[in-house]
Amino acid sequence: MVDLKVGWNKPEENSLIGTAMLRIDGYEKATGAAKYASDANTAGTLYAKVLTCPHGLAKLASIKVQDAEKVPGVEAVHLFANVGDELKWEGALVAAVAATRPEYADDGLRALQAMFEPLEHFVDEADLDGAVKANRTKDNGEKTKGDLAAAFAAAKVVHEGEYGVSTITHMCLEPHGSHCEWTKDGNLVANLSTQNVSGTAGQFAGPLEIEASKVSIICNYIGGGFGSKFAADEWGVAAARMAKQTGKPVRLMLDRATEMKIGGNRPSAFAKIKVGADADGKIIAWESHHWGTDGLTGNTVPIKDLPYVFQPENVQHKATGIITNCGPKRAWRAPNHPQLCALTDTAMDDIARKLGKNSYDVFLANLSQTPRQDVYRAEMEIAARMIDWKAKWHPHGKGGANNGVVRGVGMALHTWPGVAVAASCKVKVNPDGSVESFAGSQDIGTGTRTVIATVLAETFGVEIADVRVHIGNNSYPYSNPSGGSTTVGSVSGANRRAGIAALGQLFDKVAEKYKIDGSKLSAKKKTIWLGDKAVCSWKEATALLGIKPLEVQGESPADDGLTSSGVGGVQMADVSVDTETGKIRVNQLVAVQDCGLVICLETAKSQVYGALIMGIAYALSEERIMDNTTGRFINADLQNYKLPRIGDIGELMVEMYRPESETSRGVIGLGEPPVISTGAAISNAVCNALGVRVSQLPMIPKRVLDALEGARA
Amino acid sequence: MQDQSPQSRSGYSRRDFLKGTAAATAASAAVLSEHESAEAATTKVASAQIQEITLSVNGKEHVLQLEPRANLLDVLRNDLNLTGCKEVCETTNCGACTVMIDGKATYACSRLAIECQGKKIATVESLTANGQQDKVAEGFLKNDAMQCGYCTPGFVMATKAFLQQHPKASLEEIQKGLGGNICRCGTYHGITQCAVAMAQKGEA
Repeated sequence: MVDLKVGWNKPEENSLIGTAMLRIDGYEKATGAAKYASDANTAGTLYAKVLTCPHGLAKLASIKVQDAEKVPGVEAVHLFANVGDELKWEGALVAAVAATRPEYADDGLRALQAMFEPLEHFVDEADLDGAVKANRTKDNGEKTKGDLAAAFAAAKVVHEGEYGVSTITHMCLEPHGSHCEWTKDGNLVANLSTQNVSGTAGQFAGPLEIEASKVSIICNYIGGGFGSKFAADEWGVAAARMAKQTGKPVRLMLDRATEMKIGGNRPSAFAKIKVGADADGKIIAWESHHWGTDGLTGNTVPIKDLPYVFQPENVQHKATGIITNCGPKRAWRAPNHPQLCALTDTAMDDIARKLGKNSYDVFLANLSQTPRQDVYRAEMEIAARMIDWKAKWHPHGKGGANNGVVRGVGMALHTWPGVAVAASCKVKVNPDGSVESFAGSQDIGTGTRTVIATVLAETFGVEIADVRVHIGNNSYPYSNPSGGSTTVGSVSGANRRAGIAALGQLFDKVAEKYKIDGSKLSAKKKTIWLGDKAVCSWKEATALLGIKPLEVQGESPADDGLTSSGVGGVQMADVSVDTETGKIRVNQLVAVQDCGLVICLETAKSQVYGALIMGIAYALSEERIMDNTTGRFINADLQNYKLPRIGDIGELMVEMYRPESETSRGVIGLGEPPVISTGAAISNAVCNALGVRVSQLPMIPKRVLDALEGARA
Repeated sequence: MQDQSPQSRSGYSRRDFLKGTAAATAASAAVLSEHESAEAATTKVASAQIQEITLSVNGKEHVLQLEPRANLLDVLRNDLNLTGCKEVCETTNCGACTVMIDGKATYACSRLAIECQGKKIATVESLTANGQQDKVAEGFLKNDAMQCGYCTPGFVMATKAFLQQHPKASLEEIQKGLGGNICRCGTYHGITQCAVAMAQKGEA
């Protein structure tokens, strides 16, 4: 019995892992052949639309279901709320109408003539005093350590400032929703736009009162999730109910406005921060009170992680949640970290400004207060070289203006676990030499199929084209939801383990046939080798399986070094700010990121490029704007909710930090970390350019001009 | 424009369109006469009559029974199952539904199906009809100009149409020319690389 040791090759021994593999499903995505849940369109499909509450808080006064049911083309009306029910935020679901054409669904919604009795709402998330007066706050905790008073007394410099990060939405381009169809024998087939293929059957089965075994979840492709698509959701269950009622398939995707109002958001965070530092800028005292909202539950980002990454000895922090009639939060790429980083690293940079010191040196002076100073130091050196920090940095606000345009550089850093979690897969080696992998996983843009194919092709010494990857179906072995940067570690670990076990079994057959020592065999270049001598081809080896394919189940995680967790990451920004218009332009953005062993360099770098662009979005333009008078999310559309376009991003530079000390750690997740410090890095660059802090993200032109005016006043 | 090609293949003409509108007005009037309250007038909107509409999509004629208000994007996706164009913003802002109408990149959600009669509509599916390979789509693949992929077909169509009209476009021209599409995952870096490389090589 050959028992091969589980592990990764040394990077130089790999022919595929760590190289720039092309995305194996990329051509399908580019040509429209890739089918998403919203593309499911079986014969007789009904198109459903939803009616939502137009007020911050209201009672449903009346609704004419029978009128809607009589509308030509309308086949089902589903009520989410009954007359007399309170609808607690704008966008709360009231009813859904399924019709033979989308136009008829619109007719049906109009015919409902829903009437609401508006009640007093509260949606002001930034004004802490107002929230206290309105009795809309919730204590989120308070913590102290060390001797704060003594530390402030000893500090060479003390800075007090206010900072903030607005609420943003996930804005998945494919909205939340599903296409639900019942089979004749009472099974539900749900094409669901989900990050959680293996975990959502029960969420349909429970409310529908059927067994989970009767629910098929299919999601071959998903048009964005970012942490917001782990659930079947009440609208998913409603689609299934209407499909059952009508005996026809129903597609219910949220419309854009509703998607933005209830499909998830990243909570806001505002803070008053007082920092004391020594002459080098090392923070020795931190006092903060932060607040914000995640909707009605009244929580802001957790207190325990502020200050972020840096752990000074004397800390007092306090948090207050604001209870608002806003749509509820959902996990947003690196939950809480971008806000915590924006509050911490900007305050840190303000210490540099106050001391008149180079921000780089102040961050350096604080690295001893982080859990991975060597990684940060190395990444800072690389990033500084890439952006030419030495040549570009000047004391804050002292760079001179060119036609009213000032320029500056800033930096920030971040951390994330990226741990592999429980997941499994089935690897199948067919007698003809082809290889398959099955897992109830999904590709949220990571390149899950490409990662799995790369791992197996490397393990078996075959080509990527020899591997067929099956994901996106809950009938495959359980795989973890794609959240928290857990996917690549989990699926690559499980597939490598299964692959190595399968290879061992194959080597047994080869050893028996050729009367050689199976433990000395290796598989490379579609050939089985004994040392440097070719024994047989890959296909000759797999033919020894006879008629029975080799099937091995792989599990994740395991304590065998294939995966680990914990990354750093440093970002630097170079910006120009027009002091007359308040318009900020990113000239260059540099990200240096570690993530252990990189499986696919191309898709890994794409994650980082994408994160930088999302960072530019929340740093400069995107935010949810709630109207205090009406309680409405007044920019819930892609016209007024501003996302950067292709010309708005400047030059992006990405470097994967992967010395031997990193690659030997195994695979670590990458999706979240690079989005964390972009906002703070850009804010610090703007502060370096202007000499004043624009205290709130996004730094829209008005906030820039207000900051300049405040500084002049 | 219709006047210049009264004998389009679909046989559609301005006169037919006006006839349809008249039918719609008559239908609305009929409904209104049954109800007295003004409130009813605003809520009981009656649709215009279903008409025969002929669309030329990807070189094929499709005869459809549609109301004049049917949106081209819905018809392409739901009636013709051409789901490469995606519905994202509903407000003609994002470009995920980009198709070519008479060779020009157009948001499908900005057109009624009825007004596209007599025009040549090409969806992203036309790029790979009969198993042919498409250079722009291949360029997107080579530059990993995609993540979730939902905006990608629209971007491919926008890139194709733009480079056909501006084969030697500069970086600045590309950034302006492709500014009508939005990506949330952040694939602009790869798309820019792809478009610049194609413009430099004159490959589009």
